Amino acid sequence: MLLIHCPYCDETLPEPEFAYAGEAHIARPADPMALSDEEWRDFLFIRSNPRGNHFERWRHVNGCGRFFNAVRDTVSDKFAMTYRAGEPRPNLDALKEAAE
Amino acid sequence: MSQPFRIAGHGRVDHAQPVRFTFDGRTVEGRRGDTVASALLANGIHLMGRSFKYHRPRGVVSAGSEEPNALIGTSRGPGRFEPNTRATMQEVRQGLTAESQNKWPSLSFDVGAINDRLGRFIPAGFYYKTFKWPRSFWDKVYEPFIRQAAGLGKSPTEADPDHYASRHLHCDVLIVGGGPAGLAAALAAGQSGAETVLVDEQAEIGGTLLSEPGVRIEGQGAWDWLAAALAELRTMPNVRLMSRTTAIGYYHQNMVGLCERLTDHLDVLPEGAPRERLWRVRAGQVVLAQGAIEKPLVFDGNDRPGVMLAGAAQTFLHRFGVKVGNRVAVVTSHDSAWHGAFDLAHAGVKVAAIVDVRAEVPRVLTARAEALGIEVLTGHTVTGTTGRLRVATVRVNPVQGGRVGAGRTIACDALLMCGGWTPSLHLFSHTKGSLAWDAEAGAFLPDRKTEECEIAGAGRGLWGVAAALEDGARAGAAAAKAPGRVAGVGTFAVEGDRTGSGVVAKELPTDRDAGLAKAFIDFQNDVTAKDIRLAVREGMRSIEHVKRYTTNGMATDQGKLSNINGLMIAADALGKEAPAVGLTTFRPPYTPTTFGALANLRKGRHFEVTRRTAIDAWAEATGAVFEPVSLWRRAWYFPQAGEDMHKAVARECRAVRTAVGMFDASTLGKIEVMGPDAATFLERMYTNPWAKLQPGRCRYGLLLGEDGFIRDDGVIGRLAADKFHVTTTTGGAARVLNMMEDYLQTEWPDLDVWLTSTTEQWAVVALQGPNARKLLEPLVEGLDLSDDAFPHMAVVECTVAGFPARLFRVSFTGELGFEVNVPARHGRALWEALWQAGQAHGVVPYGTETMHVLRAEKGFIIVGQDTDGTVTPQDAGLGWAIGKAKTDFVGKRSLARPDIVAKGRKQLVGLLTEDPAVVLEEGAQIVADPNQPIPMTMIGHVTSSYWSEALGRSIAMALVEGGRDRMGEVLHIPMPGRTLRAKVTVPNFVDPDGQKLKV
Ligand SMILES: [Zn+2]
Repeated sequence: MLLIHCPYCDETLPEPEFAYAGEAHIARPADPMALSDEEWRDFLFIRSNPRGNHFERWRHVNGCGRFFNAVRDTVSDKFAMTYRAGEPRPNLDALKEAAE
Repeated sequence: MSQPFRIAGHGRVDHAQPVRFTFDGRTVEGRRGDTVASALLANGIHLMGRSFKYHRPRGVVSAGSEEPNALIGTSRGPGRFEPNTRATMQEVRQGLTAESQNKWPSLSFDVGAINDRLGRFIPAGFYYKTFKWPRSFWDKVYEPFIRQAAGLGKSPTEADPDHYASRHLHCDVLIVGGGPAGLAAALAAGQSGAETVLVDEQAEIGGTLLSEPGVRIEGQGAWDWLAAALAELRTMPNVRLMSRTTAIGYYHQNMVGLCERLTDHLDVLPEGAPRERLWRVRAGQVVLAQGAIEKPLVFDGNDRPGVMLAGAAQTFLHRFGVKVGNRVAVVTSHDSAWHGAFDLAHAGVKVAAIVDVRAEVPRVLTARAEALGIEVLTGHTVTGTTGRLRVATVRVNPVQGGRVGAGRTIACDALLMCGGWTPSLHLFSHTKGSLAWDAEAGAFLPDRKTEECEIAGAGRGLWGVAAALEDGARAGAAAAKAPGRVAGVGTFAVEGDRTGSGVVAKELPTDRDAGLAKAFIDFQNDVTAKDIRLAVREGMRSIEHVKRYTTNGMATDQGKLSNINGLMIAADALGKEAPAVGLTTFRPPYTPTTFGALANLRKGRHFEVTRRTAIDAWAEATGAVFEPVSLWRRAWYFPQAGEDMHKAVARECRAVRTAVGMFDASTLGKIEVMGPDAATFLERMYTNPWAKLQPGRCRYGLLLGEDGFIRDDGVIGRLAADKFHVTTTTGGAARVLNMMEDYLQTEWPDLDVWLTSTTEQWAVVALQGPNARKLLEPLVEGLDLSDDAFPHMAVVECTVAGFPARLFRVSFTGELGFEVNVPARHGRALWEALWQAGQAHGVVPYGTETMHVLRAEKGFIIVGQDTDGTVTPQDAGLGWAIGKAKTDFVGKRSLARPDIVAKGRKQLVGLLTEDPAVVLEEGAQIVADPNQPIPMTMIGHVTSSYWSEALGRSIAMALVEGGRDRMGEVLHIPMPGRTLRAKVTVPNFVDPDGQKLKV
C-alpha cells in the first residue's frame, strides 16, 4: 500500500484515501469542435504509457477531495513528487539532480 | 503409546505433559511443545502423506514452514477443517484430528499410486501436450481428469465458524525472524529506544539456537543466553515480541503483512477468541533475518519416507527430543550435515556412514567422524534407495575423475541429506530488490534494495551463530538510527560455533540409466531432474517457462526447497551459468495463508456497508423483500399473504396505473450545484440547455463522457438562479460528483460553483398514479397543485405534512407524479403521513421491480441496464435531450466522430414477442436469421424485459443494429431448445402520447 503526499493537506497518507485519475497535463481543448477527428482521437485516447516517470493525476477523494498531480515511476511504483493541479510540469532532470 | 524414538529428558518439549491426538483415526501421543511431525516421528511414523501426481508415499522432509510433503488435514469440529496444513507447523493439542492426504483407500495402500508406474507417460508438459483437442473432449474427459488430479487435500464443505481479527501497527523497526541475527537486531534496536517489533513464525522464538544447544554465547549455553535475551527484551516497553506470526508479504513503503495464529495450538477454544489476526505493519525500517533454508540433494529415490534434510533431523533431535531413526546414513555436499551426524551419534543413534560428494572435506570433520566410529565416504555419490514405505538401504558409489564406480548398499532407517543452504530472501524479493549470484557461496544474495531495509545473518550468506549475532546487531543498530537515538553495536563471544561451507550440486552422478531415475526436485509437485531436462530439450529457455512447463516450484511451498536445484539443472542443460538463467519471481504470501485471515472482519454482514434509507425499517416491518442496488438495500416488492413476486408486482403495477402508489426514492443520488456560475457549469456538463430554464422548473438531464457515451441521467430542478438540485442514478451518484469535481477543479477552476453531495440529506417519497394529487393536496400548505399552477416538471420549496420540503412534479411511470423531498430525519414521519392520507385513495407501497416495469412500459431507460458504456444519446433515442444550439458540452465533439455517425449502430428499440405470454430473458442475444450456421451473427441483445400488467402481455427493450430502421421486422432470439420470435416496435408501450401526464 503506497503512502501518498497530498499537496493541499500537506500530509503523507495511505493509498485508500486516494483515487488514481489518469495521465496529467492533458488539457481539454478550448474549442473541441475545431479539432479534426484525428486530433480529437488523440486527445481522447492516446496516452504516453511510459516505462519510468509518469505524470499523473490523483484525487484525495476520501480526504480534502482535491485533484492533484504526481510524478510516479511505473517500474518501481515510487513517487518522485506530488504538486498542485495547475502547476507546470516539473523538470525531471532537475528533480534527478536534486535527488543526487 | 511408548514413543520409542523419544529421548527422555531431551529437547524443549514438556515431557511431563502428554498430548493425545489422532492421525488417520489412530491415537498418537506426543508431548506439549511437539508439532504433529515431531510427535509422529517420536512414534516411528515417517509416512505422512502421498504425493499429488504419482501418489508416491512420502515422509516429512523438513522441520519448518518450507515442508513440501507432510501436508495434513486438521479438524476440531464442524466447519473447522483445514486442508494442506504442514505437519511441521501444526502444534499438537489434545483431541486434534489429523489426516493424511492424496490417499485412497489408505495411506499405506493407495490405488492412485498406479500413476507412479505410469510416470514415464506423464512427463513434463503432459497437460499441455495432451489436453489440446478436440474441443468436445474438454467438458467430459479432460476437465474432470484435471479437476480430480488438481489441487491438494479437500476443500472444507461448511462455513468457517471462526472469526478473524485485523490490526494496524506502526513502528520504527520491524524485525522478521527470531534467530540469533533477529535477536541481536532486536536487542540493538530496543536498547536505542526505537519502537521495535520482532516476529517469528515458530511457536517459540529462537530460530537455529533452538536446534543448536551446544553453542555457547557470552559464556552461557545457547538456551540460557536465549532465555536471558528474551527476558531482557520483554522488560523493554518499546519492544513487542510476536511468535506464531508469519510475515506473509512485504509491500510498498515498508508495509509488511503479518498473520498471527492465535488458537490453533490451544486444547480448548477460548470463547470469542479470533483464530488468526492479520496485521498491517508500517515500519520505518525492516530487518530481514529469516535465515536460510536447507536444500535437498537430487538422486534416485530421494523422496522415500525416512529421507530428510539433515538440519531437520538436528532440529527434531534437539528441539523435540526425537531421533529420526536408529541407524541413519548421511549424504551431503556441505559441512553442516556432519555436525548433525555428530549430534545424532552423541544421542546414541548409529550413524552408518557419512557420504560426501566432495573429494576434499575439512580434516577436522573426518577426524571427528572417525573418532566417533562413523564410516566416512568422501568423493562418493548416492545412486538409489530401497524400502517400500520407509527407506531401508542406500546405494553409494565412489566417483573418480568423473567416473562412477561400483555401488554398494548400506542399511539405514533414515537417510539425511544436505545440498547446502539457500538464503531465505522471499520477502526481500517481494520488494523487487534484486539478487546477485555469489559464486563462492553458491547462492543468490541480496543486491540492490528498493525499500528501507536491512538483511542480516544467513540471509546474506553469513554462516554460523557468531556471524549472525554480529550482523544482526549491526543491522539492528543501523535500522534504529534516528535523531536522538544511540544504538551501540554489540559484540558477542561465541564458542563451539559451527561454520562451514559446501559445494552446489546438480543431480548426483549415477552409474545407472539417468532416464529411469526418480530424482525429485519438487517433492510436492512430483517434478524430477529428468522433467527439467526434458523441458529444456523441448525448447523452454527461460526459467519462468521451465517452471510453468514442469510445475517446478508451483506447489504450496512455492519452491522453497526446489528453486535452486531446478535452476542448477536447467542451467546445466542449457550450458549456461546459473545467473544467466535467472530465478523465478517470489510473490506473497510467504507461506499459505487462510482466506479467513485475509478477509478478517469483512465477512457476512460486514463484507460491505449496507446503506439504508429512513424508510427502510417501515418497509421491513411491512414485509418487503429487498434487493441490493449498489451499496443500498432497496425494497424490491411488498408481497401480501399468498403472493409470489409475480403476483405482488402485478398488483402494485395495477394500483399505480389506476389509483396511487408510494415509492421510496431516497437512494437517488443528489448533488446541490450552487454559485453564480452554476447554470454555466451545468451547460458545459450536461447535453441539455440550462441557461434559460426558469427557477421553479426542472428538466431531464443527460450526462455523457467525453467519448460521447451516456454516463448518467436524472432530473435537475432549478430552485433559484444560482441553485440547482441535481439528481443522479442510485449507483452513479459518487461517480457523477467525482466527474463534476474533476471538470470544475481542473478544467474550469475559474467558474464560481460549489458542489455538495446531498444524497443522504434528503428522504424522497414518490407518489405516482391518477390519485396522487388528491392524496397530496391536503398535506401541502399554501400551494396550488393544479396542473395550471404546478405543471409537469415543476419544482417548489414548500411545506408537506408540516415538514420543509422540495416538491417535484415528475413522473418515472407515465402517471401523474410527485416526488417529495424532506430532510432525511423526517423521512419516516413523512412516509407514514402520506400512507395514512393515502388510505382513502387506494394507496399501495411499491418496490423497485414495479418501478422498473412501469418505466419500461414508457420506454424510459435505466443507465447501466439499457446502456452499457457504448451507447450514445442517438443510440438510446434520446437525441431530443441534446441542446441543439449549444456549441460545447462534455462529449459533444465525440458525437461527430466517424464511428458515432456511422450507420448500423445498435439502437434502442421495443420488442413484442409473438407469444404474448413469453417474457424474454434479459441479456438474450438476437439474430436476424435463425437458420444460419453456428456461430450465428448476433445483432443485439435484450436489455429490459418484463410482464406488463397494463397490457396483459410481455414487453421488452433491446439494443439492435440499425434498430430504428427495422420497425415491424421479426427478429429471433435463440434460447436452449427453442427460438423465440419478436417484432421490433417503438419502445413506448403505454399511453404513447403522454395524455396521463396532462391532468
Ligand atoms: Zn488532501
